Amino acid sequence: MSLEKQDVQKIAHLARLSLSDQDAEEYKHSLSSVLDLVEQMQSVDTEGVEPLSNPLEATQRLREDVVTEQDRREAFLSNAPLTESGLFLVPKVID
Amino acid sequence: MNWEVVIGLEIHAQLATKSKLFSGAATSFGAEPNTNTTLVDLGMPGALPVFNKEALRMAVMFGHAVNAEIGMTSVFARKNYFYPDLPKGYQTSQMDHPIVGSGHLDVALEDGTVTRVGITRAHLEEDAGKSLHEDFQGMTGIDLNRSSTPLLEIVSEPDIRSAKEAVAYVKMIHSIVTYLGICDGNMAEGSMRCDVNLSLRPKGQQEYGTRTEIKNVNSFRFIEKAIYSEIERQMDILEDGGKIVQETRLYDPDKDETRSMRSKEDANDYRYFPCPDLLPIILEQSYVDDIKASLPELPTQKAKRFEEEYSLSEYDSGVLSSSRAMADYFEIAAKVSKNTKLAANWVMGEVSKFLNQENIEINQSPVSADALGLLLSRIEDNTINGKTAKDVFQCMWLGEGSADEIIDKKGLKQVTDTGAIEAMIQGVIDANPAQVEQFRASEPDKRKKMIGFFMGQVMKASQGKANPGLVTPILNKLLNG
Amino acid sequence: MFDQSIRSLAQKLRQKEFSSVELTQEYLNRISSIDPTLNSFITVTDELALKQAHAADEAIAGGNTSPLTGIPVAHKDLFCTEGVLTTCASKMLHNFIPPYESTVTGRVKMAGAVTLGKTNMDEFAMGSSNENSHFGAVKNPWNLDTVPGGSSGGSAAAIAAGLCVAATGTDTGGSIRQPASFCGITGLKPTYGRVSRFGMIAYASSLDQAGPMARSAEDCAYLLQSFAGFDSSDSTSAETSTQDYLESIEAPLTGLRIGLPKEYFGEGLDSNVAQIVMNAIKEFEKLGATVKEISLPNLNLSIPSYYVIAPSEASSNLSRFDGVRYGHRCSDPQDLLDMYMRTRAEGFGKEVQKRIMVGTYALSEGYYDAYYVKAQRIRRLIKEDFVRAYQDVDVIMGPVAPTTAFGLGEKTSDPVAMYLEDIYTLSVNLAGIPAMSVPAGFSNGMPVGLQIMGNYFDEAKLLNVAHKYQQATDWHTQTPSLVKGA
Repeated sequence: MSLEKQDVQKIAHLARLSLSDQDAEEYKHSLSSVLDLVEQMQSVDTEGVEPLSNPLEATQRLREDVVTEQDRREAFLSNAPLTESGLFLVPKVID
Repeated sequence: MNWEVVIGLEIHAQLATKSKLFSGAATSFGAEPNTNTTLVDLGMPGALPVFNKEALRMAVMFGHAVNAEIGMTSVFARKNYFYPDLPKGYQTSQMDHPIVGSGHLDVALEDGTVTRVGITRAHLEEDAGKSLHEDFQGMTGIDLNRSSTPLLEIVSEPDIRSAKEAVAYVKMIHSIVTYLGICDGNMAEGSMRCDVNLSLRPKGQQEYGTRTEIKNVNSFRFIEKAIYSEIERQMDILEDGGKIVQETRLYDPDKDETRSMRSKEDANDYRYFPCPDLLPIILEQSYVDDIKASLPELPTQKAKRFEEEYSLSEYDSGVLSSSRAMADYFEIAAKVSKNTKLAANWVMGEVSKFLNQENIEINQSPVSADALGLLLSRIEDNTINGKTAKDVFQCMWLGEGSADEIIDKKGLKQVTDTGAIEAMIQGVIDANPAQVEQFRASEPDKRKKMIGFFMGQVMKASQGKANPGLVTPILNKLLNG
Repeated sequence: MFDQSIRSLAQKLRQKEFSSVELTQEYLNRISSIDPTLNSFITVTDELALKQAHAADEAIAGGNTSPLTGIPVAHKDLFCTEGVLTTCASKMLHNFIPPYESTVTGRVKMAGAVTLGKTNMDEFAMGSSNENSHFGAVKNPWNLDTVPGGSSGGSAAAIAAGLCVAATGTDTGGSIRQPASFCGITGLKPTYGRVSRFGMIAYASSLDQAGPMARSAEDCAYLLQSFAGFDSSDSTSAETSTQDYLESIEAPLTGLRIGLPKEYFGEGLDSNVAQIVMNAIKEFEKLGATVKEISLPNLNLSIPSYYVIAPSEASSNLSRFDGVRYGHRCSDPQDLLDMYMRTRAEGFGKEVQKRIMVGTYALSEGYYDAYYVKAQRIRRLIKEDFVRAYQDVDVIMGPVAPTTAFGLGEKTSDPVAMYLEDIYTLSVNLAGIPAMSVPAGFSNGMPVGLQIMGNYFDEAKLLNVAHKYQQATDWHTQTPSLVKGA
């Protein structure tokens, strides 16, 4: 499996990673090698095998519908790069 | 060309849980920004979701109410995209295994016909936060209070063929979720939001045309108007030989038009996969059956019962059962007044008129159902007549007291002393000799119309307090005499 | 003092041979003299440690103690610690001070242990050499030109160098066991769900598991006892009750059935390492165990399966690092997209970006079934291999890694060479079973670990097996010459 530079840029955009042209060239090779490595899966017949997403195959536990948390806004906002009036600030969002 | 409209709706109903879908934060509306948040709602590193039991129960209730298959194994999946009000960079939703599978709803239209709308699925998901676009240093502010609030997304089949049908369907869903008590149905606060998928095709054509999605239409009226305006827009394009672009649009109620949302044009690949922080929800049959058995009476069942039990018309039954609050109000008033028909007329008439004037819901009415029932019982026992009752009702609405207090204070009690009434009638006859003569010279069928004049005079003389039931026979006797 | 067991230190603390403050100060001194060479700590919490030590001394004076009271430990810098910088060895979190505590570190604190600081690691736990750290590589105390292994390399190196008594680590594909093997210490990855993941910064949620690292199995048992067990804040936390890990630790190994998977001794395994593992097996036979060859036929598939599943989950788990609520944000973003793109490109290192992209690709439209779903099906085959094997054996043994610690920079240029290092550890995480690395000898002066894998929730058995071996051998008591004189 080999990727082209524009494939890498497309993936990087989906993942919101800004890549220079040189980065893209580098990742083109390293991503292709990883995809080659995982390609060997395709040689295995997994017909009829159920996908396993959790090793214990347990079921979801349910939480009682009660409010257990207090307001800790000041503590939670303390790590934010930019805030005002209790809000997180980001560059203008245009709908 | 003759076009057929094809509409499918996605309704997001906010479930009325106390705490959030995956955290113990409160769900209350209108709190200070970011005060109803936990580590989970803020997507802090290392935070993990734990699923709310009540949200599950509510979703299963809804499934039963729309005759749907219940997903005995349902799975939360992550829908990955970047947006500042989506703190984790993914929305926890359900994809391949929703909690509610396919079902249907029979929707009654105004003209009395019934149309069946298929429900594709309904799934649980978390809400995102809110972006506030007021100017904060030229930036956008992010409030995550709503983040992780439980939503039930109800997806219909493209079975809807007109704006009227769409509105009737949404109203029906609205009444079901409020009847079940799983959503407060407050569209202004965003508790119920609607996305409209709409396309046109030449009548008789099988395959669907290209559709557009109108996002977040938040009132019954706007749904109808948005649909009309989008039909018109699409029709203009198609009739000019143009093509519809598949896109997300926004309805602008001020301009009454839809416009393209450019920010959503960036085609997204959501990369859904089962959320590894949550495990499959596996239901026991007995759990599902118990919920079914404890389901409250639903709007259509209630309407049917009203027709049968109270001998109301189909139309009246439909109106009175359209919301659980109105149905409950009506039933209490009927029980207290002991006159079902009278209660029905008053709830649909006077009460609705006042509610509409003030633009409030029936559960906010200043006159309680009990108080109305007592007022009506005073008509029943001839203490006052219907006309006086309307005046009393207005006083009650203004908070001047109970029906009895107002009747008493204002001396509105009907005159039921036949002697007094007879004297009053004689007075009217004596004062209007010309009319009496004319009356007596007329044919019997004309007399019926003319008696209204005398009735009016008697009422005037009695200041509305004479009991019409007693006035009529005496009046007839004296006039004919 | 730095080479003593928890049991011995606890006894001496209670007998007032020395105080926790003295013990803690001794370790802090060692850190300040030795760690500039090793770089095993990202943050040293001197003040906090001495405060906790003081409180521990008071608790001891009041007779109110647990085995960990006053014992200086360290935490991998991926556990959120309230009020203490938590970086995950990433520029992305270079300034992140959590206002909350992970369940693991909270429980260790409750047990009375003293926190010396936060240990270095591969960024977001992605790596097998501890070279992917924003705060620089960690060096192996046995040979400063070699890597300590990863991703819990800081914890392993710190324990080996006597800079803490024990430490926490996390293991997603071998991140406790491989550095334990490379640094000659003991480490345990518990059954998935045995230890709460709450407050652990996620790499791959369905594989991540926290565990103890220490010099001996007995020390690991003390540490695990303090933090294992159900936690209602983690939906994947197992409700199975915990065992008393010390109660059965002395049980004789007579009749123990050991399985040796033939696939673990094939091509690629260094012959010295193979010999050392076989010597260890002979030791177990002397202790009364029986040995049987078994087969785990899908071993080779664990690499491709893991390198699809882990990056896929990671690509989603790491989406929250967007510069909005915490951590790094690029300077002067022109617009929202620019903020996302530059923040993440600047904040994440190369290996992390690579794995995010692999995962993004594997989950994307048109590839999901061929990659992610396929990997999940193979994951089931791998699990079934173990389930079948445990019908006949109690534990499975083999090497932890194909070689001893490799040279710094040796495997950084080839993008997949490092991934092949994980061949013997990945399948354990995919299946979710517990496994340990136990020092079993030296090859050219470098430590070699023996891997002991157990059945689900059989941590007590693993610790028992490892402990009996350590009573019969002294590999785990060796210390690197670098640190002896310090």
